[in-house]
Amino acid sequence: MKTVFPILAILTGVLLGYCAYQALVVAPTDQMQGDIYRIIYYHVPSAWTAFILFAVNLVGSIIYLIWRNPKADMHALVGAEMGVVFLSVNLTTGPIWARPVWGIWWTWDWRLTSTLVVWLIYVSYLILRRFSSAGETPVMAAVVGIFGALCVPFVYFSIWFFRTQHPQPVIGGGGSMDPQMLHVLLLNWLAFLCFGALVYWSRYRYEFLRREVDEAQAMQALAETRGTR
Amino acid sequence: MSFLHLAYTVTWAIHITYLGILVRRYASLRKDFDELKK
Repeated sequence: MKTVFPILAILTGVLLGYCAYQALVVAPTDQMQGDIYRIIYYHVPSAWTAFILFAVNLVGSIIYLIWRNPKADMHALVGAEMGVVFLSVNLTTGPIWARPVWGIWWTWDWRLTSTLVVWLIYVSYLILRRFSSAGETPVMAAVVGIFGALCVPFVYFSIWFFRTQHPQPVIGGGGSMDPQMLHVLLLNWLAFLCFGALVYWSRYRYEFLRREVDEAQAMQALAETRGTR
Repeated sequence: MSFLHLAYTVTWAIHITYLGILVRRYASLRKDFDELKK
């Protein structure tokens, strides 16, 4: 993997560059919004990638609660952390897009508010993991993670159920999108997924090593304590 | 800077910041690992 990882990283970098070129130059300009709509190529794939990562957190949390599998707990943690990063991109690019199009940075409509709530739930999850040293922390975090994941479908379907300031879905919701725009959107999502997978692998490996080092430090401290007696 | 370029810049600023945090954590872990080896 030591030789494969740099190759995959370079390929992903090239893919991201190609997709940015497709998004900024090749994709047709929107008749209503002009070029500003091109934010969609980062805004939407970021949200979809975050939802996949939260699904990873959900599966990891459930497996951990049932079997107390530490690897499942690690996957849950990495899924939540990276999901927060991708959702942060979504929550930041949204207002930057809204300002020129809606004339406002933010409005408390269902989609925006529910996305912010999910983001806050997962930030709470990470704060819990970071600052609680109790033995039951992974169990409590798993419950918070499951609660957060249960809110994700509400975020997704909020624009189907309610009239919102946020546009109705253009994919799978009765709306339509230019095939070339859709192609570039899916291509950018693929690039984000490749990038996310690489970072995920690195983060998971870090977590694995960190726990091994923590365990070795604890054993060393125990041995030193016994030695002084 | 246009809103479009701002959005793209902010996206990569967030990702690069996160990658920077990961690199820093790795460096700290490496230090702990080397100390354990001693």
